[in-house]
Amino acid sequence: MYDFAYQKPSNVADAVKALGADPEAKALAGGQTFIPVLKQRLNKPTVIVDLSKLGLTGITVTATAVTIGGMTTHWDVAHSEAARKAIPGLVDLAGQIGDNQVRHRGTIGGSLANNDPSACYTSAVLALGATIKTDRRSIPADEFFAGMFTTVLEQGELITAVEFPIPEKSHYMKFRNPASRYAMVGVYVAKGPKGVRVAVTGAGQGGVFRHAAMEAALSANWSPDAVANIKTPPDDLNSDIHGSAEYRAHLIGVMAKRAVAAAG
Amino acid sequence: MPQVSLTVNGKTSTVEVEGRTLLVELLREKLGLTGTHVGCDTSQCGACVVHVNGASVKACTMLALQAEGAQVITIEGLAAADGTLHPMQEMFREHHALQCGFCTPGMVMSAIDLVQTHPQGITEDEIRHGLEGNLCRCTGYHNIVKAIAAAWPIMHGKQVPLAAE
Ligand SMILES: Cc1cc2nc3c(=O)[nH]c(=O)nc-3n(C[C@H](O)[C@H](O)[C@H](O)COP(=O)(O)OP(=O)(O)OC[C@H]3O[C@@H](n4cnc5c(N)ncnc54)[C@H](O)[C@@H]3O)c2cc1C
Ligand code: FES
Ligand code: FES
Repeated sequence: MYDFAYQKPSNVADAVKALGADPEAKALAGGQTFIPVLKQRLNKPTVIVDLSKLGLTGITVTATAVTIGGMTTHWDVAHSEAARKAIPGLVDLAGQIGDNQVRHRGTIGGSLANNDPSACYTSAVLALGATIKTDRRSIPADEFFAGMFTTVLEQGELITAVEFPIPEKSHYMKFRNPASRYAMVGVYVAKGPKGVRVAVTGAGQGGVFRHAAMEAALSANWSPDAVANIKTPPDDLNSDIHGSAEYRAHLIGVMAKRAVAAAG
Repeated sequence: MPQVSLTVNGKTSTVEVEGRTLLVELLREKLGLTGTHVGCDTSQCGACVVHVNGASVKACTMLALQAEGAQVITIEGLAAADGTLHPMQEMFREHHALQCGFCTPGMVMSAIDLVQTHPQGITEDEIRHGLEGNLCRCTGYHNIVKAIAAAWPIMHGKQVPLAAE
């Protein structure tokens, strides 16, 4: 690992300033992605700005929305009773990320900023039509993701919170890679204030995407059978040592069907 | 060089580190606590698990500087001063839950956290899923699962520990 300077500012303004002052400065949240990247020398930041003292943790539930602070850990989301009552699918998703040790440190803001094509939260954000709040603006989910490992966040822009509208029903079904625990394919289905939305992670070459054919079918008839026969073309899907694009295309159908069944 | 102050196994230390020093490097190389192992470069194996402020974390995936002010417990901090093993260590021994022993410190630290976070009881399924962050290439896990199930009632005061040999 290359060496770097380390800062731990105590408010968002100072963190944004430190990150803005140096194009090679990088934010550090739970470190569950970024530290492995540093160990592999895939990144050479001059300064690391630790976000842990910015007061960005916590979960607020109102009648219409669940808002999760950007530095809230997967563990805390997975164990929030209030969030579970409002959006059980989202809380279950958080409990399936990685393992206990990863969940103790990894955060929602870090996961979304990273936009790993196999990450879990990206699918919930897209399917539930969440809003990403940053230090300078609010970004709708449909505009946030910009291809794998890329988002519309500017250099030094920090995710401060994520606001999820409460759906009528929703569920996440994941087929995990047994070694890495990431999603080989994950499908989040939701029926709520933003209509019926289906988001697929783990499969797309461009990262998380909405599945228009499944959304249309489920809008007409919310049932597992409605998606059972929808074929996903493998053309834009990932092939790797873990599975071919055709295999992933098939898994999308299976996961979607199970997700709708579990959502009820 | 930056400094970090933290409490490890009840003892407070202030240590000079680099920005890039990992918590596991601080423990092993600066404090000489080599019970915490490093088994991978990818944050997947769990050989390095320690408790930071009560939660199990991978010490290879945390900067030493992130542990400023933290309470850290490592495998060396479990046994009593007179050498009496922690019930989890005792059950690992009793149920032969290790072979080469490389994964064991991390397994024990994860297992203690798992039992502590299941005060109402724990199923075999919950134990197996709870060990997802810890890889063992020797045992096949069965005896580890048995040891954890046996440690649960002792740690929750529902059964007296076995008499020391
Ligand atoms: C063994 C293992 C298994 C895993 N399995 C899964 C899985 O099944 N599903 C899954 O979804 N993820 C998985 N992960 C990844 C995990 O969820 C990470 O926590 C997450 O991807 C990154 O979050 P972090 O808080 O650790 O961020 P960091 O690693 O600290 O940061 C990641 C990136 O985001 C930037 N960043 C961090 N916070 C912010 C912010 N608030 N605003 C702007 N930029 C920010 C950083 O600069 C960095 O570039 C796994 C990780 C490991 C090690
Ligand atoms: S050494 Fe493998 S997870 Fe830490
Ligand atoms: S006992 Fe050898 S790796 Fe677990």
